[in-house]
Amino acid sequence: MKKIVSITPFRWVCTFLIFVVFVFPTATLSETLEEKGFRIAAKSDRSDRGFISTDVKLTMLLKSSAGEESIRRLNMKTLEVADERVGDKTLLIFKFPADVKGTALLSHSKILKYDDQWLYLPSLKRVKRISSTNKSGPFMGSEFAFEDFTAMELNKFDYKYIRTEPCGEYQCDVIERFPRYDNSGYTKQTVWIDQTFSQVRTIVFNDRHGEIIKELKLNEYKLYEGKYWRSHDMAMDNVKTGKSTILSFSEFNFKLNLSDGDFTTNALKRIR
Amino acid sequence: MNQAISKSENIARRLSNLVIERRIALIVMNILLVLLAVNGTKYLEFSTDYRAFFSEENPELMAFENFQKSYTKNDNIIIVLKPADGNIFSQSMVSIIENVTKKSWEIPYASRVDSITNFQYSWASGDDLVVEDLIKNGGNLSAEALLQKKKITLNEPLLLNSLISDDADTTAINITLQFPGKSLNELPSAVNNARAIADEIREQYPDIQVALSGIAMLNSAFSEAGQQDSKTLIPIMYLVLLAIMLISMRSAAGTFVTLLVIVFSSVVAMGLAGYIGIKLTPLSITAPTIILTLAIADSVHLLLSMQVAMSDGMDKIAAIKESVRINFLPVTITSVTTVIGFLTLNFSDAPPFWHLGNITAMGICAAWLVSLTFLPALISFLPIKPKKRTTKKGLSNLLGHLSVNITNNSKLILVSFFILTVAALALIPQININDEFSKYFDERVEFRRDFDFANKHLTSGYIIEFSLGASNPGAISEPEYLQGLDSFTHWLRQQPEVLHVFSYSDIIKRLNKNMHGDDEDWYRIPDNRNQAAQYLLLYEISLPYGLDLADRITVSKQATRVTVTVNDTSTVETQYFVHRAESWLRANTPSYMHGVATGAPVMFSHIFERNAKSMIKGNIVAIVAITLLMIVVLRSFVFGAISIIPNAIPILVTFGAWGLLVGEVGLAAATVTSTSLGIVVDNTVHFLTKYLRARRERNLSPPDAIRYAFETVGEAIVITTFMLAGGFAILATSTFLVNSQMGLLTAIIIVAALIVDFLLLPAILMIGHKKGQFEHEENSEYHSV
Repeated sequence: MKKIVSITPFRWVCTFLIFVVFVFPTATLSETLEEKGFRIAAKSDRSDRGFISTDVKLTMLLKSSAGEESIRRLNMKTLEVADERVGDKTLLIFKFPADVKGTALLSHSKILKYDDQWLYLPSLKRVKRISSTNKSGPFMGSEFAFEDFTAMELNKFDYKYIRTEPCGEYQCDVIERFPRYDNSGYTKQTVWIDQTFSQVRTIVFNDRHGEIIKELKLNEYKLYEGKYWRSHDMAMDNVKTGKSTILSFSEFNFKLNLSDGDFTTNALKRIR
Repeated sequence: MNQAISKSENIARRLSNLVIERRIALIVMNILLVLLAVNGTKYLEFSTDYRAFFSEENPELMAFENFQKSYTKNDNIIIVLKPADGNIFSQSMVSIIENVTKKSWEIPYASRVDSITNFQYSWASGDDLVVEDLIKNGGNLSAEALLQKKKITLNEPLLLNSLISDDADTTAINITLQFPGKSLNELPSAVNNARAIADEIREQYPDIQVALSGIAMLNSAFSEAGQQDSKTLIPIMYLVLLAIMLISMRSAAGTFVTLLVIVFSSVVAMGLAGYIGIKLTPLSITAPTIILTLAIADSVHLLLSMQVAMSDGMDKIAAIKESVRINFLPVTITSVTTVIGFLTLNFSDAPPFWHLGNITAMGICAAWLVSLTFLPALISFLPIKPKKRTTKKGLSNLLGHLSVNITNNSKLILVSFFILTVAALALIPQININDEFSKYFDERVEFRRDFDFANKHLTSGYIIEFSLGASNPGAISEPEYLQGLDSFTHWLRQQPEVLHVFSYSDIIKRLNKNMHGDDEDWYRIPDNRNQAAQYLLLYEISLPYGLDLADRITVSKQATRVTVTVNDTSTVETQYFVHRAESWLRANTPSYMHGVATGAPVMFSHIFERNAKSMIKGNIVAIVAITLLMIVVLRSFVFGAISIIPNAIPILVTFGAWGLLVGEVGLAAATVTSTSLGIVVDNTVHFLTKYLRARRERNLSPPDAIRYAFETVGEAIVITTFMLAGGFAILATSTFLVNSQMGLLTAIIIVAALIVDFLLLPAILMIGHKKGQFEHEENSEYHSV
């Protein structure tokens, strides 16, 4: 105590200056752009940690370039898998159109391997495992690929920090992420993450030609359980075809306490 | 009338003084005008889309655009591969196909690549549905596995005769392109990339024949053919016309000035086209060629008159003035008639014809201005020799003898031409208005060779599309709809023209089979809507990036697309096929499924009719306007009306001969009438003005007046006819069929018009004249002028 007190104001200032001039910048300088990008993405991903499970209603509004519209409705249940080396589990239950009502898609996300997926077909009363090498095709004819709206997995990408700039009412870090898994429809995604809540605000997708193909805006974030932010309005525009899809979420439920047992093929058959 | 003429006489006199007094100012003014125009040429760009042939209001284009909005708007490139050993399913060949498929994704604007290797084949494995590339790592597959793949491929209706030939010796990779349409460089960059891929294959595997086809290649050919034509045709034109000039005038200075006149006229026309924002097409790029041909006539008339005046003893300056004075009216009138003819191309239904007409009309106006101001002003500084008497005597004597023969045998000539005209009229119905749009290009164009190769071994690329609607959103899964779709698909496949049909019914049948353990008995339409909808959902979820169904099914799932590839059909055959298909739908499916055919072949099959009908109006306008003008100019209703006869007959006779010898004619036919009418009427103008001058001012008898006309303008008419016919004959060598047909028809009409003007016109003028009236025969007063 005494020693500290004995530090003269001058020495204190010097120490501070030394810290500011040498230690602080070298701490940031030693971090590469890639590491910084990862750090920002990880902070965003981890801000979500601990939600355990959610249930939410989804409405998809599809628009063609000719102005034709079409609606799909579904429920989505998500089970958090804490281990970042394993992906989350998702269960989608189709509600509308009526001819696919009761159809359910169970997905066990993998990080770099192909996801495990099963579909329950009520018309056949059978569960079919889907052995497909790829999930980057459009989901139900929408502009969203399955990978675009289900839980983001941190380790599916490599990252790079680009810049910081204002985005609407926030200040955003702009990072680029590059898919590490095969057969992605994208070569690059540019992500705007706000510095205040670490939530994703915008994603711009580049296709295999490296050209911008789609732009996703995540709007209407609401806070649940005092710590989990959820966007209630995701608007995806395909800049190449002029088609668009709006994904609206309602009634997030964090209190269902779902478990692994609710995300098995046996559970699929019980769904209605 | 007399006042009008004396007014023009006044203008002519003042102009003839002006070109000498203000010659430096005029030269500078013309050069400034040309420099200004040169600036406009930098805005000129080549259209890179076959859709340029259709106006925005064209109903078939609008239907096609709407169709594309419901699915996806796209063009394609087809890479056709044919190995020398005729075996597609060898380890090396399938890995080459895999490799080309992968590379094709890198083609700019490629939104989808389809090949036999990445075909999304679905099959059942117990309770699993496997959806995967039909062939993956084919280089490691055993002979048996490859045989198995071959069997699957040849049994797959979506692949057979589309991406694989039925004898399995030719395959194709289809690249779907989605152009943002922001820059004219989009198409060339995609096409060049595809060509690089093709060249690489040729280099690495000389045993594989490679061809590039598809709509994008067709579009590229449109702009390349035009550019190639402008590189080869125009220099030839210049050479040939300069040669004719040198021979006929024997004057280097005259040839040089004429060269400047035609260059200036073309540059002004193209520069103005650039300022207006006209997009060049293979049709409109022929405008400089046509301007060149027409502009030369003005110069020839001016220079020949000048040389004649000099050989009659005038000094150079006086001869120039005299030439401008006597040529002002005929040059103006012939320019106006030609402009009228070309402007009526605006009646056409195809914008490239409007552009051709308007650019040419601007060029003729420029030629009129330049040859009446710049040419005399400049030639006054240059050495020019008088006309050599000997050559003139030769041709003139010949024409003089001809005139005597004609006036003595006028009845025989009239009867012969009457018979000829009736015969031509009888033969015209033999002409079929017909075209095949791949044959727009001749074999010198790479696209045509590749197209023929692809067509011979695998696919034509003639794609006719149908969008079959369902009763409500999602109802494409109704059994009634799917049964109807399946029956239509089945009916289509039985038609002789049909090479391939891509229909959703084949996919849903395969999925039904997959859902039942690949039991062949289940290869049929699902029994209820829910099943079909759920299979579709399952399949959609399983499809990878770029291979989705967005281009086959609308977002509301209320319509699907049936893509029919037909063999190399002509426009007439296309219309017949479309009629049968639409009738079949009406007779056999519920009303909501009554789709209408669309696509490039359908659009082209209608434009001929449309163009022919709209050009009939244009032709009538041209005939009426030109006849009225002639009545005014000749100051005689009778002679004005007569003037149309020698100009209509060459056109009728040419079409009659074409009906007899060729039989088929395309887009060019309907437009040739009004343009050639504007050109050939010029001879009649020159001939009749001289004839009437002789009758009115010199009181000559008809035979003497005819002889006077022959001797004064006969030579100029012969020379300009050969230049015009030569120019259009060179156009006939264009690689682009519409141009070559237009060139050939016009050249024949021009030559026919010379014959008619020299034989029939004098014979008509002899009508009502009795032998006893030959009292002026020995009157040689006109020889002194």
